[in-house]
Amino acid sequence: MAEAIPPGTRDVLPEEMREIRAIQAALLSSFAEGGYQEVRTPTIEYAEVVERAEVGDAGAYRFLDDRGDLLALRNDMTVPIARLVSSRLAGEDGPWRLCYFANSFRPAAPKRAELREFGQAGIELFGLGGLEGISEVLRVLYGSLDSVGLDRAVVGLGDAGLWSGVLEDLGVSPPVGAQTSDYLRRGDLVGLEAVLHTDGDLAREEVDVAMSVVRMRGGIEVIEEARSLTGEACAGPLDRIESALGRALETGGGRTVTVDLGMARELGYYTGEILEIYEPAVGRVVGAGGRYDGLMKGFGLDVPAAGFSLYTERIHEARLEAGIDG
Amino acid sequence: MADEATSRAGGDDGLTLAVPRGSLFGEVADLLDAAGVDTAGPRSDSRSLLFEAGGMTLITVRPSDVPTYVQSGAADLGITGKDVLSEQADREVVELLDLGIGPCRMVLAAREGDPGPDEHERKLGMMRIATKYPNITNSWFAKRGRQVEIVEIKGSVELAPLVGLADAIVDLVATGRTLAENGLEVREEILESTARLIANDVSYRLKAREIDSFAARLSEAIA
Repeated sequence: MAEAIPPGTRDVLPEEMREIRAIQAALLSSFAEGGYQEVRTPTIEYAEVVERAEVGDAGAYRFLDDRGDLLALRNDMTVPIARLVSSRLAGEDGPWRLCYFANSFRPAAPKRAELREFGQAGIELFGLGGLEGISEVLRVLYGSLDSVGLDRAVVGLGDAGLWSGVLEDLGVSPPVGAQTSDYLRRGDLVGLEAVLHTDGDLAREEVDVAMSVVRMRGGIEVIEEARSLTGEACAGPLDRIESALGRALETGGGRTVTVDLGMARELGYYTGEILEIYEPAVGRVVGAGGRYDGLMKGFGLDVPAAGFSLYTERIHEARLEAGIDG
Repeated sequence: MADEATSRAGGDDGLTLAVPRGSLFGEVADLLDAAGVDTAGPRSDSRSLLFEAGGMTLITVRPSDVPTYVQSGAADLGITGKDVLSEQADREVVELLDLGIGPCRMVLAAREGDPGPDEHERKLGMMRIATKYPNITNSWFAKRGRQVEIVEIKGSVELAPLVGLADAIVDLVATGRTLAENGLEVREEILESTARLIANDVSYRLKAREIDSFAARLSEAIA
């Protein structure tokens, strides 16, 4: 008798399982090469811990346990590992280099071919800030992409502080600014422009500048162009992107790197550089990461943090498309 | 370095655009012609759904399916109404451009002069609404602290208040003729909609130059 499984979940049969294990083994050895040690955290956490990610729309499965405590299935691995470091390793000297292979859970709309349980493989680097930290993350990322054969993968670079810099330069009030950030996060550039026009208290040319910055994607030239259009508050974020781009091109061994000045992740914890990983054969982002220096403060340990996470199923899909697996 | 940094790593097979069939199609096709895209294929009576148009691939799909094709990357770009995008607000796509065509309004409508909806809202604390747009309806009323019971209908919703299935409807209105012919009147405006150009998240970055140049051609064609 055929019994159903809940939508958004899946069984993995032996052939695919072998391929996924091979991906994980390759990633684990490239993480280990970079000095990253594997850890595991519980599948369920207190809901208040999961909520530190300020995930917004992504959501989480919450439930009461037998004692009446509100728990949640983890919807991301960065927050649980931040919790682990702050509560278990705080007495030791950093930096801490940890990696993980785990499934996370997020609600997904039905009939969208989206997974509610999905695999993640990634690294977390705590206690090494600035360019040094992000360079190390990029180095491990490229090593990882090489190890699974994704030589067409493209790294995208942005900065979580750039849009607030644009708003600050233009003198947009914080409440309107917060509204515009929501539009940016959702990728609604039409709505973003409309809000700037109606509520931003800006001249037409100022709106045009903001919109042209946010639409800029390309190489080093877009950073220079943005510098010529923006003011003091954007200088820091643009410098960060330029430095990260330099390192990415250096360590990427001729791979494509693309700068996106309008990049904004759904997860609210990013504070500096943001990374996205694209694969031409896969229509969705196959991995993401960046810097989240503020996250640990919420756990009472003031150290910088950065890392990345690859979505295992999408990495497998990319390998199938490229003819590496299957 | 700039060139190298933006070129696609893999083979570039041009852009795929999801074009909406139905009432929006004529205006979209005219706009595409003006932007230099050959729409002879999709305009013909052919049963085909996929057409080559001078370096671009056009696929014709239902307007409400456009975000599905674009989010998955099956199409790099798509054109559909803001009503569709608002109804599927959780879609991860980039909304690039307001094309200004296909203007229409999402409204709350009821039978002309019928006190039923207001009375139900006052006495029962809620209204029953038939709609093809449950998400838009739900969020519009929830934001205003008003309770509604939603009946999802796939076909002509105008019928629902006439036969007592619902107190009112939330539906898209272009000219208002269908409402008038069924003895319905607009009670509240919910949103204004026009057609939008949307892009897949990954294509938006990996095919940035091609997408920007296509969007610029469309902008010029509108102006």
